[in-house]
Amino acid sequence: MLSTLVSLIASDVRPPAGFEPPGTEIFETPCLIGSGTYCANRVMLYMALSAIIIVALFVVAFRKPKLVPSGLQNGMESVVEFIRNGIVMEVMGPSGLKYLPFLTSLFFFIFVNNIFGILPFIQFPVNSRMAIPAFLAVLVWFIYNIAGIKAQGLGGYLKSSLFPPGVPTLIYILVTPIELVSTFIVRPLTLAVRLAANMIAGHLILTIFFVGTWYLQWKLITIPFAALSFALGTALVAFEILVAVLQAYIFTILTAVYIAGSEHPEH
Amino acid sequence: MGLLGLLAAVEGDVGAIGKGLVYGLAAIGPGIGIGFLVGKAVEAMARQPEAAGMVRTTMFLGIAFVEALALFGFVLSFII
Repeated sequence: MLSTLVSLIASDVRPPAGFEPPGTEIFETPCLIGSGTYCANRVMLYMALSAIIIVALFVVAFRKPKLVPSGLQNGMESVVEFIRNGIVMEVMGPSGLKYLPFLTSLFFFIFVNNIFGILPFIQFPVNSRMAIPAFLAVLVWFIYNIAGIKAQGLGGYLKSSLFPPGVPTLIYILVTPIELVSTFIVRPLTLAVRLAANMIAGHLILTIFFVGTWYLQWKLITIPFAALSFALGTALVAFEILVAVLQAYIFTILTAVYIAGSEHPEH
Repeated sequence: MGLLGLLAAVEGDVGAIGKGLVYGLAAIGPGIGIGFLVGKAVEAMARQPEAAGMVRTTMFLGIAFVEALALFGFVLSFII
């Protein structure tokens, strides 16, 4: 029944010869505008779209703020309040409130670009392209290092991050290289890889389940399996919403932890 | 050495098995780690429900650190 429906919509669709599982090629998109180095593909357009969406959300929600919020203002206020109380106050304390605008923008940018992975007609998580999490991680790297240097001076920052107090002198031979690698290399690397790998994994799994559904619905005998695959894929869409929120939250809270750690090394 | 012998024997087409092994082996440790971590966090929340918010934040932080290892394995399985 489903196959006749598909063949009605597109008359040249034929059942495939064999199952080809989708691989990493689903993350490669052709150039839409320009070519070579200066090339805008659909990922870039989605990223621009996400910026427009976020700006529009904030402008519409807070253009005429009311004392008793309702509707969109209520929702946006509760998210900002969650970032303020759940992340900034919890991790950084009141002195970290100056980073609230940055952390809020970071959270919304990551969340909207993650949720693109399951939005109909877009269905591509922008953060699965490594360049975008890598850029965000480099941005965070600069911010927490500059915040630490501003708070403690260059010497003080290097001393507190490379030579943690309360360690016997000889152990520094072991501790300092580890701290050097973990603070300046592993931190941004894990930030970027965590976000990108989560999005790649989620998108791949969804693609595999729905391609499997499409492959299994050609024969009557495999239609129950197609239904099973479709049900699992649908459940995983809900899981992807959770992952999108969670990854945005984790990226934001780790940024807060890194900034707080370089500003106040005693904590 | 059975596994390594097998890997050596299928030289040239090591890709699929190797990739599977990389991710599978990389997921063991973090799996156990996250299990311990969340179990202990639930224990702490049950003992002191008033500290649940703080425990939950710290738990997510810990999960984020542990999970990174498994995700490195996942990414490496595409790279090799």
